[in-house]
Amino acid sequence: MSYWFESEHKLPQSRLAIVSYLIVGIVGFLLLGFWKLQVVDSDRYTQLAERNRIRTIPIIAPRGKMLDREGRVLVDNYPSFGVLLLRDNAEDLERYLPAIAEGLSIPLETLQREVDAAQSLPKFQPLMIKPEASPADIAFIESHRDDLPVLEMLMVHRRRYFPNGFMAHASGYVGEVSAQQVEASNGRLRPGDIVGKTGLERQYNDRLMGTDGMRRTIVNSVGREVGRLEQSDAIPGKPIDLTIDYDLQVVAEQALAGRKGSVVALDPRSGEILAMVSHPAPDPNDFAVSIPSEEWKRLNEDEDRPLLNRAAQAQLAPGSVFKIIMATAILESKAVPESLTIFCPGYGNFYGRQFRCHTFDKGGHGLVDFHKAVVQSCDVFFYEAGKRLGIDRISYYAYQLGLGRRTGIDLPSEEAGLVPSEEWKKRVFKQPWYPGETISVAIGQGATTTTPLQLALTIGGIANGGVFKQPHLLKTKQNVPEFRFPLAEHTVETVTRAMFGVVNEGGTAAASRLEGVEFCGKTGTSQLISNEGRKRIGGGRRFTENAWFVGYAPRRNPEIVVSVLVEHGEHGSTAAAPVARDVIRRYYEKKGQRGQQLTVDLKRSEVDPDSVLAQAKPAVKADSRQPVIPSAVGRAHPDR
Amino acid sequence: MKELSKSHDFDWWLLAIVFALCSISLLQIYSATRNSPFAGMHWRQMTWIMVGLVVLLVVSRIDYHTILDQAPWLYLLALAALVAVLVFGQTRFGAKRWLPVLGAILQVSELVKLIIIIMLARFFGEVRSDRLSLPDLVKAAVLTGVPLFLILLQPDLGTALVLVPVAVVGAFLAGIQWKHAVALLLLAALMLPLGWHGLKPYQKERIETFLRPEEDPRGSGYQILQSKIAVGSGGFWGKGIGRGSQNQGGFVPVRYSDFIMAALAEELGFGGVLVTLLLFMALLLRLVQNAQRANDRAGMFLVMGVAAVLGFHLLVNVGMVIGYMPVTGIPLPLLSYGGSATLFVFLALGMVMNVRVRRFVN
Repeated sequence: MSYWFESEHKLPQSRLAIVSYLIVGIVGFLLLGFWKLQVVDSDRYTQLAERNRIRTIPIIAPRGKMLDREGRVLVDNYPSFGVLLLRDNAEDLERYLPAIAEGLSIPLETLQREVDAAQSLPKFQPLMIKPEASPADIAFIESHRDDLPVLEMLMVHRRRYFPNGFMAHASGYVGEVSAQQVEASNGRLRPGDIVGKTGLERQYNDRLMGTDGMRRTIVNSVGREVGRLEQSDAIPGKPIDLTIDYDLQVVAEQALAGRKGSVVALDPRSGEILAMVSHPAPDPNDFAVSIPSEEWKRLNEDEDRPLLNRAAQAQLAPGSVFKIIMATAILESKAVPESLTIFCPGYGNFYGRQFRCHTFDKGGHGLVDFHKAVVQSCDVFFYEAGKRLGIDRISYYAYQLGLGRRTGIDLPSEEAGLVPSEEWKKRVFKQPWYPGETISVAIGQGATTTTPLQLALTIGGIANGGVFKQPHLLKTKQNVPEFRFPLAEHTVETVTRAMFGVVNEGGTAAASRLEGVEFCGKTGTSQLISNEGRKRIGGGRRFTENAWFVGYAPRRNPEIVVSVLVEHGEHGSTAAAPVARDVIRRYYEKKGQRGQQLTVDLKRSEVDPDSVLAQAKPAVKADSRQPVIPSAVGRAHPDR
Repeated sequence: MKELSKSHDFDWWLLAIVFALCSISLLQIYSATRNSPFAGMHWRQMTWIMVGLVVLLVVSRIDYHTILDQAPWLYLLALAALVAVLVFGQTRFGAKRWLPVLGAILQVSELVKLIIIIMLARFFGEVRSDRLSLPDLVKAAVLTGVPLFLILLQPDLGTALVLVPVAVVGAFLAGIQWKHAVALLLLAALMLPLGWHGLKPYQKERIETFLRPEEDPRGSGYQILQSKIAVGSGGFWGKGIGRGSQNQGGFVPVRYSDFIMAALAEELGFGGVLVTLLLFMALLLRLVQNAQRANDRAGMFLVMGVAAVLGFHLLVNVGMVIGYMPVTGIPLPLLSYGGSATLFVFLALGMVMNVRVRRFVN
């Protein structure tokens, strides 16, 4: 190729110059066009731009449902309409306010106040002026679409819980996101979003909460819709499957019968919580729309502390339930002989002070050995044992058995309780430990505090030989975290036999015996005030003892543990034990029904049991799919 | 031949103008997308610019004569690629324009544009006369016409039309005769009604709305109207970066690409437009200057081919934004977002640099 070697040929310079003029001409022509639009006709286009407004209306995503272990709905949503006030055009807004106030029957001052308070918010962000619109409101808005274009209806999904605070502490409740939460969410949450405030609603908020969608419409200068832009659909939240058994929850709620206290039922083999009750309870439905500040104040200042989830947050002296920890410590440490036998005259003298047994008025238990001490809950025996063990050994075993630390349940605010020790007293009070304090701790008094949940975990773990599965409310297929404190077979056998005696050998919970069930447990009655103090103040219900009972079945490798606290219930035997009995009875009834189903199938088909088991399962499933009708308790969802 | 690619031969002025336009582009892409699902697009564009810069440096090192030598092969390759697009291409936005190459999806017609520039530069470079003879004119027309027809089949009217100015400017510089020019114009006028029937319905619609935009403010005329509102409401000083209601509100269609000039006009005002258009003018005039100093005819035609394409893009794209041209989907070089288009510009400018670097040879 040689076309470039002969470049002597003159390049067409004049034609290139013409192209240059053409370029200048084109740019000049374009600039002229911009001049015409941007300088000459600018005002006209500015007006047109003003008329272009975009209105953004959120599409609220429904939260995920909560289902019980058999797939029954515990918490769901219902559709509702809220009234939005669109604030794109401030001048017009003022003009419309009186008509809106009248039409929606909101006091004009209230409305004006809300509008004024929203001054600093961006103009395109609509204001929710009525969270729950009545049919009359909807009719009003629909019929005034043209003359009141600043009103818009928004479909929202309100949370629906069982009424009267059924399971309210476990489920928690939702509410408008706080400013701090918005701040901390990295832009994921926006003001006005509904988020879980407590309980599972908060724990699993990320899973339950969906992503809101958005509808963008073009509106003209008076706010009338003239076109639609893109729409992004809402992504609903995911449902969560709980370990709660609705039937047991119903029984537990019912058995507590309005008394202050808590019931926790769990399966110690897996750590699954079967029921969780705390009374008194707020009705979370009241929070679902928006709670008036007076009501909120009342709930917060209520002496009965209805917002406290007693199951995981009430830190109270465990009373005699603690004797099971003591009994385990005696057998495991071997610091006190198992053969220890003492005489109980109704009191004992330690370190120059008289400590009473609960049988003080009846003249004492007489001769008491290990088994009788647990069955009859003899205080004097455990005073002596505590003295011999010493506080450090007691606190060591209490901690190893799960007390004084959080169980790790999947709830946002769990308390750890307290296991006192010499070191603790020095650190917190800068005082030495007095030996007399050990005597109180030995029967679960003094500074010792536990939550009902902790006691369920501890007693279940002991009866299981020292395996403590982390309690949880969300069903999981993964391995449940656990901690182990392996106990000698002899220890487990001896302690569980004693707990069997408590219920079945005329012990403190003999009245709660269940026919055909190895129902075991331990009562507790914890004082809130010393006997002398009681006399001084003159008693009163406020200082009546708390009643405890932790029961389980069967005796070895239990399937269910129920921990019951009845505040001011006076006696564990009469106030608390029957509650646990009712729950465990229901548990076995359900199990029996399942068993019956099995036997019927067996007779009909007469094949090897293994395959029958497989066949029987769907039958059980079908049974459980029956509609939730808790009419027996009067806690059904109202028909809305 | 002596290698003379020292730094003072490099066209630093041209590079400075390109950088200035790229900066404006990044700023406007950022402003247009920051509140949209496309946020962060300016980073991707910046990556394309970086890649383009490397391409530019590499291409400026390769003697353009080497490239011109390969022109026939490249031309055949281009035709093959266009046929491949029609057969295997992926359909995006209703037209087959994309071919998956090396995992990325490239718009083949961008590359074809470049090859036509090269092919025509070689062809006109070999014409030894100051006047273009009729046989040569017909040859040039066929060379341009075949790929043009293939691109039209995609269908991509915009890119197809871009080939025309390369041929027209080339023919003009090669000394087309008046009688031939007039004859061609008459022929084109006669072809127009015939071509109208060959257009797709949406193409007809676009041209109709271009002629009478007010009749359909919610359809295709809507885009032009919103673009004009954006430009007009910007006024002389503009509304400020990130503060144009037309741009931020999403009224301006594809405001980060085809209509980026509308977004710019709204936010930076007539002042910003003036600066931007003067930069484009400087770029084009600089190209003409480089063409004047080119060592041989082929080099000059190469540079002017690039200038013709860029100038045509500028006219059609900016004209569209202010309602002087129909909506064609032709991006604004260096300003609009887009990988293939950006690479094309840098490749083309690389060749221009190359021609300049070799201007004093022999």
